[in-house]
Parts: sequence; C-alpha cells; structure tokens
Amino acid sequence: MKPAPFDYYCPRSLDEALALLAQYGDEAKVLAGGQSLVPAMNMRLARPGVIVDVNRLPEAAVIERCDGSLRVGMLARQADLERMPVALDAVPLLAQALPHVGHWQTRNRGTVCGSLAHADPSAELPLAIVVLDGAIEARSSARGTRWIAAGQFFESYFQTALQNDEIVVGASFPARREGWGYAFEEFAGRHGDFAIVAVACAVALEPNGVASEVRLGLGGVADKPHLAPLTAYCGRVLSQRDLPEIANAAVADIEPPSDLRGSARYRRALATNLAQRALTRALASARTACDGLAQ
Amino acid sequence: MEASRASETATVLPLTAPNPARRTWVGAATLRAEDPALLTGEGRFIDDLSPFPSEHHAAILRSPYAHARITRLDVKPALALEGVTAVITGADVSAACKPFPVGIETRPVFYPCAIDRVRYMGEPVAVVVAEDRYIAEDALELIDVGYDPLAPVVEIEDALHADSLPLHEAVGSNVVHDRSFAYGDVDGAFANAEEFVEAKFVFPKYASTPIETYGVIAHYQRAADTYVVHANFHGPFILHSLMAQALQIPSNRLRIVVPPDIGGSYGIKSAVYPYIVLIALASKIAGVPVRWIEDRIEHLCASSSSTDRVTWARAAVLKDGTILGLHLDQVDNTGAYVRAPEPACLYRMHGTVTGAYRIPAVAIRNRLVSTNKLPTGLNRGYGGQEQYFTLERLVALVAKRLGLDVIEVVRRNLLRKEEFPYHAPAGSVYDSGDYHAALEHALELADYPALMAGRESARAEGRLVGIGIGCIVEPSGSNMGYISIALPKDLRDRSLPKSGCTEAATIAIDPLGAVTVRLSTTPQGQGHRTVAAQIVAQELGLEPKQVEVLAELDTQTSAWSIASGSYSSRFAPVAAVAIRNAARKVAYKLKAIAAHQFGVAFEDVDLVEGAARSADGTHVTSLKRIAGAAHWNPSSLPDGMEPGIYETAYYSIGLLRPPDDDDRVDSSAVYGFVVDLALVEVDSRTGRVDVKQYVTVHDSGTVLNPMIVDGQIRGGFAHGLGGALFEEIAYDENGTLRSGTLADYPIPTASELPTIVIGHVDVPSPFTPLGAKGVGEGNAMSVPVVIANAVADALGANEVRLPLVPHRVWEMLQPNAVEAR
Amino acid sequence: MSYCSKDGRTTISLEVDGKRVKAAVSPRLLLSDFLRGPCAAKGVHVGCEHGVCGACTVRVDGQAVRACLMLAIQTDGSRVETVKVLGIADAMHPLQERFQARHALQCGFCTPGILISAQTYLREHPAPTRRDIEELLSGHLCRCTGYTPIVDAILDAAELERR
Ligand SMILES: Cc1cc2nc3c(=O)[nH]c(=O)nc-3n(C[C@@H](O)[C@H](O)[C@H](O)COP(=O)(O)OP(=O)(O)OC[C@H]3O[C@@H](n4cnc5c(N)ncnc54)[C@H](O)[C@@H]3O)c2cc1C
Ligand code: FES
Ligand code: FES
Repeated sequence: MKPAPFDYYCPRSLDEALALLAQYGDEAKVLAGGQSLVPAMNMRLARPGVIVDVNRLPEAAVIERCDGSLRVGMLARQADLERMPVALDAVPLLAQALPHVGHWQTRNRGTVCGSLAHADPSAELPLAIVVLDGAIEARSSARGTRWIAAGQFFESYFQTALQNDEIVVGASFPARREGWGYAFEEFAGRHGDFAIVAVACAVALEPNGVASEVRLGLGGVADKPHLAPLTAYCGRVLSQRDLPEIANAAVADIEPPSDLRGSARYRRALATNLAQRALTRALASARTACDGLAQ
Repeated sequence: MEASRASETATVLPLTAPNPARRTWVGAATLRAEDPALLTGEGRFIDDLSPFPSEHHAAILRSPYAHARITRLDVKPALALEGVTAVITGADVSAACKPFPVGIETRPVFYPCAIDRVRYMGEPVAVVVAEDRYIAEDALELIDVGYDPLAPVVEIEDALHADSLPLHEAVGSNVVHDRSFAYGDVDGAFANAEEFVEAKFVFPKYASTPIETYGVIAHYQRAADTYVVHANFHGPFILHSLMAQALQIPSNRLRIVVPPDIGGSYGIKSAVYPYIVLIALASKIAGVPVRWIEDRIEHLCASSSSTDRVTWARAAVLKDGTILGLHLDQVDNTGAYVRAPEPACLYRMHGTVTGAYRIPAVAIRNRLVSTNKLPTGLNRGYGGQEQYFTLERLVALVAKRLGLDVIEVVRRNLLRKEEFPYHAPAGSVYDSGDYHAALEHALELADYPALMAGRESARAEGRLVGIGIGCIVEPSGSNMGYISIALPKDLRDRSLPKSGCTEAATIAIDPLGAVTVRLSTTPQGQGHRTVAAQIVAQELGLEPKQVEVLAELDTQTSAWSIASGSYSSRFAPVAAVAIRNAARKVAYKLKAIAAHQFGVAFEDVDLVEGAARSADGTHVTSLKRIAGAAHWNPSSLPDGMEPGIYETAYYSIGLLRPPDDDDRVDSSAVYGFVVDLALVEVDSRTGRVDVKQYVTVHDSGTVLNPMIVDGQIRGGFAHGLGGALFEEIAYDENGTLRSGTLADYPIPTASELPTIVIGHVDVPSPFTPLGAKGVGEGNAMSVPVVIANAVADALGANEVRLPLVPHRVWEMLQPNAVEAR
Repeated sequence: MSYCSKDGRTTISLEVDGKRVKAAVSPRLLLSDFLRGPCAAKGVHVGCEHGVCGACTVRVDGQAVRACLMLAIQTDGSRVETVKVLGIADAMHPLQERFQARHALQCGFCTPGILISAQTYLREHPAPTRRDIEELLSGHLCRCTGYTPIVDAILDAAELERR
C-alpha cells in the first residue's frame, strides 16, 4: 500500500496553485488534508501524476464571520472549527455535524473544503451546507472567482460542479438566524463511520408560530445530498402530530441504494425515523429561539 | 479446593512445602515486565528488526478473481523496472517445493502460491523482490496476467451440490472430507425422547485482525544451504515440520526466529507459514535477504479467518428439559484449500462436543467443503464459537419449545461437581469444576430476578428486550492427537500415533548469579514473561524483577517440541509447568551445592530472599555465591555434579492419549468453564442491538496473575462481541470480497463496547501441577451465541444469523422478512 | 514554490522527537515510512495505511494526526513528535504509568499511537468525561484489551495531571 509516483508541487501562492491546475488539468490533484486522497493513493485507487499540495498557501485557513455567514477558508481543518466556540455558535448545524465526521485525529488534518470537494454522498458537511443553502467559492486562473450554490455544487458520487482547473478557496455557511432551529441526526455502524443515513434539518418559525421555512436534507440515500421538497409545509403552524407526515413526505421520492450496510428499504426506514427526530429537535430549538425573541 | 473470588483477589495453591519466609509471587497481580519497553516505543516487533544487511523488499501480486485459470503470465516488463531484483511465480514454486502435507484423506493440493489456477480472491500469483516496497509495488502493476474465469463456488450449500465445479480436480468434489461418528446409545436416546427439537444453524466467517499484520524476513544462506527466517509466527508447533517438508530440506536447515514482541495474533499468525515458505524461496531465487510486511489490504483478503459452518442439529429431549441425545450434521468451509492445522476447527471440540451438559449420546457427521474463499485457520476460540453456537442455541430452543425457563433447562443438564472427573461421551475427560456454583454466581451478579422483572416491564412498554445465557466448557492445551481423528482408524493406524501437549523451558544462572529464562511460547501480549518471572522467582526465592525472561524463540537454539508455541490457551496449564519444573531443577542443584557447603542435609536448605539458608539459620549464603561455585570453582561441587547451571524441562500432561479405536479422544489437557448472561435491547427503528448488561463468570483454575487473567477475559469478550454484532468476511455471489478495508470490516471500538462484570469460581485442576486452566478464549467462544440468544429472546425469533448488524436485525423485524446478506 | 519530480528527491529538515533531522526524500514517501526508516522512530507503528487503525498517530506541529496519511515531504520545517517524547522506562509519563497499572496494553502494538493521541487531547481537554475518551478512542483500534482499561488509564492520568 504505497502511492504510485507523482510530481510534487507545493505552491506558496494561490496564483501559483491555479496556474498548476490550469497547466496539468485532469492529471493533477489538489492535496488538502489528505484524509480521503492519501488512503485512495495508498491503495492505488487514485494515481494522480501531479500533486498540488495547498497546505502552505498563506491566509487560507481563515475562519471568519461576514455578512450573516461563516466563511471557512480552504485550509481550515475540521477541528479548527470545533475549537472555535464563536464559529460553532454561529452555525449550530455545523456544530452538530462535525463530531460525526471521522475521528478527532482525522479532523485535525481533514479540511472542511476538502470534504466538500470530495463529495462523498454519505459525508456530513456536504449535507449541512446544502440544507443551510450555503455556497462554495471556486477560483480558476482563467475565469477568476465564482460562487456556486451548494444545491448546484454536488452532482453525483464524488462528482461536483468544479472544473479541473478550479480550486475551492472557501465555503460560506449561512449563520444562525432569528427564529430558526437546527438539528443533525445520523445513524452509522460505529462511532466515526460514514453515515448509513444522515439527516440535517433547519426550520424557521415566525413569532406567531407559523413555519416560514422547512428545510430537510438526507445523506446516504442518493448519489449526493438530497434536499427534500417540503415547501408544502411552509406557511403553516406545525405541531408534533404533523411530523410523521412531513418525515414521510421527505423520503417520498428517494431511491436509496442497497449495499453491505443496508437495503434500500432499510435506508428508507432509517431516513424516515431520523427525519422525524431531526424535525422534532429543530422545531423545539426554533421555538426556543422564538421564545427568546418574544422576551 | 474451590474458591469464589472477586476479580482483585486470587486463590493460590502452595507450590512447594509452605515456607513463611518465602514470598508468594504466583497469583499476585504483578505489574508486567513487558510494559516499560512497549510504552516507550522500544518494543521489538518484526518490522523493527534488521537481522540481515542489504535486505530487499517483497510485494505480492494477488488474484483479482475468486476462481480462474491462469492462461498467461509475463513478468518481463516487471523485471525490466529499475530496482527490481527478481520475480517469483507459481512455476518457480512448484519446481522448488512440494505441496504442504494435508491431514485429510483426499489431500487437496496446496502450495504457497497459485500454480495454474487461482481459487480465491487475493491468492498469491507472483512475488516481486525489489530495492524497496514502493518499487516492488510499481513492478506488480507491470506483470501481465491472463485469467480465464471459472464458475465460483461461494456458499457452503452451493459446495454441497453435486454439480458445483470442483475446486480441486483431483478430488473430484467440493466435499473433501466426510466422516460419521456415534457415541453412546443414540438410537435409544431418540426412541425414548418425548420431544424433538430440530434446527439449522449458520455461523459466519470472521477474523482475528491483529493490529500488526504478518511479517517475514528471510535469508537463504547458500553455503550452508539453510533458510534463516524471522517471522511473527507463533509456532513452531507442527507447522515447522510441514514447512521443512514443503521446502524439501532437513528440518535443521530451516531456522525460524520469532521476535520478542508480536503485535497480537489471536490465532491468525499461525497461518503466516505458507508465506514463510514463499518468502524463503524468494530469497533463494533472488539471492538476497527479503523482507515482506503484509499490508492491511492483503491481510483482509488473504491471511486467514475462522471457518464458517452450517449445522443441522436435532435434540432428543424429555418434557422436563433433560437432553437425552444429539444428532449433529456439521459442514465446515475451510475455503479454497485445507491448510493445516485444518480441519482442526471441526475436531478441536470433538471430545467436548456435548459441552457442559450430561448428554449421554451423540451422533455426528462431519463434512468439509472447499469454496472460493480465503482459507481458514486459528481464530481465538477456534472451533468453540461454532460448536457452542449450535449447542447453546439448541438449549435455548429446547426451553422455548417446552415452555420452560432456560435456566431451568440448563440446571437440569449441567454437570454436577460430584461428576468430575467427567468422561464425556466423545472422549474428553473434564478435570474439575463446579458449574452450578458458577451459574449461581452469575445469576447473583446479574441479579437475575431483577433482570427478568426488568425485561417484563420493558416488554409491557413495547420495548424489545431479551436475555441470553451460555454455558461453555473452555478447553485448553490441545492434545496433538485430536486432529488425527479426521482420518478413519485404518488410515490412522498406518502412521505413528500422536498425543500430548509438550512444552519446554530453559533456565540458566550465569557466573555472577543472574537468572535468565528462555521460553518457547511465542507470546503476543499475554504477559508470559511476567508470569514466568513470577513462577521462577517463587521457586528460587527471588523477586520477579531479578529474573530476566526471553520470549524470542529460535528453532536452532531454543528448547522446543511439536506442540511448542502459543495457541489453544496452553501457557497456564502446560508451559507454566515446564517453567516451574525447570526452576525446580535449578533449585535442586542450588540446594545440593548449599547443603554440601553448609554440611547440612539437603532437606534442611531453603532458598529465600536471594540466598540459600539452612533450617536452623546458622548458614546463609547468597545465591550469587552458590551459583558462582558451579562456574568459578567446580572442584567445590558435590561429587559427580556437573558444573554450570543450565536446566531445561519438558512437560506434557501424561493423561493425553491418541484417539482410541472407537474414535474417542480427549482433545485437550484441561477444561475451564464460562457462564455468561446478557441483557440486550433492540431498537426497533434502527435494528441496533444495545448490550445493557453483561456478566461473565469464569473457572480458570488456579489464577497465576489475576490482572492478566481479567485482561484476557476483556480481550476475548471484545473479540466475541465483534463476531456477534459487527464483523464478517463477506463475499458477493461472485466470490468478490466485500470487506476488504478496515472501513468495511468493522472492528468494534471503545465507543461500541459495553462494560462487563467479571466473576470467578475457580476450581484448580488436579491434572496439572499448578492447577491453572486456560482463559483467553472462553468469551470468544461464548459471546457470539450469548448475544444471539439474547437477541432471539428479544425478538421472539427462532433463527438468528450473525453478525447481528443493525440492518440484518431490522430486516428480521419486518413482516415480510427477507434474509439480509 | 517548491517542486520535486517523481523520480527526484528533496532535502527536508525538521525536528523529530527534539532532534534536528535532514534527509532527502522522494515525494511519495509516507511520513510513517520516513519516521520508521531514516528516523528510526520504531515507536511509530503501521497497521493499516488507510487512516483507520490509529497505530501510526504522531504529533505534527502540536496536532495528533495519522502519519500514514501524510507525505514526509510535507513536514519540511515541522516539529514531529512520537511516543518517545512522553517518557523513558525509568521516568515514565503519568499516562504511561497508568497504562501499566491498569493493564491497558497487552501486545502493545496500538499503544504508542494511543498515548500520543491521549497526551495531545488532554492538553486541550484537561477534564474529559468517560464518553469523551471513548469518542477519542474511536480513532484507535485495539484488539487485545477490550478498551475499558485504556479508558480508565487515560481518565486516571487526566485526574493526576489536574491535581
Ligand atoms: C478513518 C477515517 C474516517 C472518516 N470518516 C468520515 C466521516 O464519517 N465523514 C466524512 O465526511 N468524512 C470522513 N472521512 C474523510 C474526511 O476525513 C476527509 O477529511 C474529507 O473527506 C476530505 O478532506 P481533506 O481535506 O482530507 O481532503 P483530501 O483528502 O486532501 O482531498 C479529497 C479530495 O478533494 C479534493 N480537494 C481537496 N481540497 C480541495 C480544494 N480546496 N479544491 C479542490 N479540490 C480539493 C482533492 O483533490 C481530493 O480529490 C474519514 C477519513 C478517515 C481516514
Ligand atoms: S497505519 Fe495509519 S491509521 Fe492505521
Ligand atoms: S494492546 Fe494489542 S492491539 Fe492494543
């Protein structure tokens, strides 16, 4: 289990990195935290001819709040976020999702943006950013910067809207808003495993108790994070009794895969169950948030 | 003689005439001598050693197919790569080596490398020797192999089909072994039965998965025509002989050296031996020393595993729960080859097949099939988990059928203390035990009435809660004769009879009085060095830290025999006695010298606190001086005494005999006992099994070091839980491995393990001088079936299949259940 | 920008267990192989080379990470620490002492990685709960001990350090 040979570049500026990608295209791979890429290289499932190690780019690890969002730079490690109470407080859904991403030791190295770029359909962070309706900032030397809405970014298994000359330079997670509640639920074989099914949920309540938005995403049930179409439930006062119906509606159009870790119908049942739990918690936290507002 | 104790205290049998001045070390929770080095990064594991200069590195090309003919094999492009020294293929192997001997009559041909056909995914096809492992792996990609795929045979029941394509053409069938046995009046038992309970049991294939993989460093020394091989192999056992035969050399030209530290094995590293032969040949052909460190992907697809088994079982019972007799039709799947010591999995428990119960009659049909899966071998509990899965599930089903509490059925059939030594129908002679006391202790620790009440109230709330129990006899110290029972008597009679469980130990005292012990037990974490030091210190009146114990084994310079090594929990009942006996030889000599010097009688000398002392206290001389006399001044020794102090003792338990004419065999030296109780809750929404409570009570005879004993119990439990709830070496219908990484072969972590309560009802064994029984395997045998029983109870199910992973359990709960694979 | 071709080597200099090391490495050399080979840090154990077992865990610039998932070339200028930095046999670190006292190791193959993880974790989390330690250990496989004694030993050491 040793990687095949590759040419190694360690650029010191983003422009250098972008130029390398422009030059080598498909042959090159960005090396961020290496927690997904290096195992694949050790098994020789991935054999890039050129490695562009972005770990020494200056300023790339920035995590900051701006304009109602949390901006996470391309080199921010997953554990960096966990160590920043301000960041966790700003994006409660991230705070809940992060502990499920592998292990403390892998989070010390793995980056948030690397996880997004890797686009594993069972991964937690892609699911979280889709539900929050965040965005990914991609840059190339030819076309400069573009923001890609999370809903458009993930295309299929390990497949994103990113072009092969582009780098994810950051991601933007919308921060907690007034009247919103969030919940992340996951079921995995062991602690730290990729989810068999994961659910992220965000609910917004108006002071009068009407749900103005119900967003619920499912991981592990499709080739990418699946955002359930739940607009029908917006504009209503939701009670605990409505939640089973909403959970059923959330899984109505999924066609989960069958594999070693469960059949399609098992995943569907898990999804329904987790969706209900997530809705319950998100609603409760939204209510608390509203009560806080009212006082 | 019987002692009930909490896990902190131990009962100790006096070893020699009690002497108040002599410290008792055996039985104390002495801190381990092994730990300081291991804790500070100074362990000496196989890959830490550099025994030969200018070594090269091997990588192995492995079959991507489960079953295929090799039509083309071109290694030239690989040889052309810079840094590559040699490429070894099946043709080289079959030219240089004989197939390994196989212990069944049909003798399926087994080489360490595929010759013209691959029979499991991961089977070695070629070996590259290169300057480093990176280049060796590059070269693997340049080897051009043509495969012509053949129909794969994957499941046991497929292999039983007459039309399945035979893996071994010369055998002509995938059923490679078929023997039937009957003990006691089986027909009578079934004629007198009031009820019959019948079921099919399926036990999965899983593995040991030590964190350190296999490692072999081989050097063929041309002038001496000798192979020197360092490997994390815990033989030599019978396997040294097999390797020498395969290599076609006198056995003294195969020198195997086992490093002082092995990073866990739990049985599996015994199966490194075909790789020892392969890498030894690679060294000969390449003309350089060769290092091969298996990687994890290789380990998961091509090291070894437990056998999967299907059993059709039928019990003849009375309405009160008495079991009169059993019919067992067992089929073991040893994978693509029958690699020695297989078919031992099928026979290790043969004499013990009736377990902890008084079952007077049993009929057994044993078959072995070949399939396109990884070959099998030792795995902690070896044969026990398969056997008890059948027996203990059957007991639970009997109780259910008769409407009795399972504890009642257990109590009715469980052997009583007066029945020991107990001659089991198939030949095992159980040395000692108080199974009922152990059972009662377990019920007490678990607060069984409260457990039952808790289950009822949980059920009233609609929760899925279940209780499981298992009572198992834990054999230790395998009788080398048991495996020959695989051969019918007439064939058995053609070769020399085999028996015993011989182990050796050597103790030397050097000219300055320092004591060194040399073991042949190749430990992998069981603390043999610590316990050996305790035993020797006690015999010689020293402190354990004054006794240096070497765990390296070298077949050229260590004292060893056919059973030597680490398997079947043989250290405590067998090896510990060899160590004690060697220490006694040394003590005898020291006392004789002292008696001569003091001018007192031999009986009046004792060894205490690092000195020899006369009974009246008038003479005291340090051990250093006494031992020194044997080196510095032989003329001062008693007449006729040899100079020097270097004693070896060999020990076997004399009661162990070859199989008798009626196919009865006492398969092991001594027999411990384990009773487990579990309370589980199943989450109906996810299928997750939560182990709420787990009590395990052990009879491990005299406890040599209680800390180490409880450590073995915890480790065995964790491994058993892996088999029960998480782990399976899974293949799809094409024989493609589906558990090829540690992400897909889920070993439980700290977050998955429940806390357990350990109890002891230790009854020393009268069959071995120290009274100790093995302990490391019991829970690996018991936990899978105990969890299965608990889950069956929770779900009201009759059929349960391991591992009870969430989706499988959830599927069982669905009205239109389909079997999840 | 630094560059090294697939067949070339780059000289890196770093600190390994307090000693300065300078070595020429090829780009694909894994940190785990570099530490065990040229640096002779045999306390770095390799169990899986895909990030799951945790045996190779070392500290790089203060963070506990998998050495099998980093390239040696990436550690140019870094400070790398292995189990050697905890204590020596006759002056063991409290974690090491508690591991011995609790019988938290058997074969000892998983142990160095766990010790590095635990030491690093306790610096950030001096008062962990049992559950915290179990989660920390989900990143390490041990096949010998059943984990309970490891959890106990780490909790003991945390308490000792707090005193
Ligand atoms: C034992 C273990 C358990 C794990 N469990 C989980 C889990 O439960 N959930 C989970 O989500 N993940 C899990 N992971 C993977 C997670 O740790 C990785 O961190 C993450 O998927 C990738 O992030 P990275 O920074 O390590 O990226 P890398 O491994 O460096 O890269 C991954 C891919 O993304 C590309 N890439 C990375 N960064 C960029 C960028 N800025 N721009 C463009 N492309 C980029 C790379 O070229 C590569 O193709 C686990 C990993 C391990 C080893
Ligand atoms: S060897 Fe690095 S995590 Fe297993
Ligand atoms: S002590 Fe052996 S693997 Fe942990």
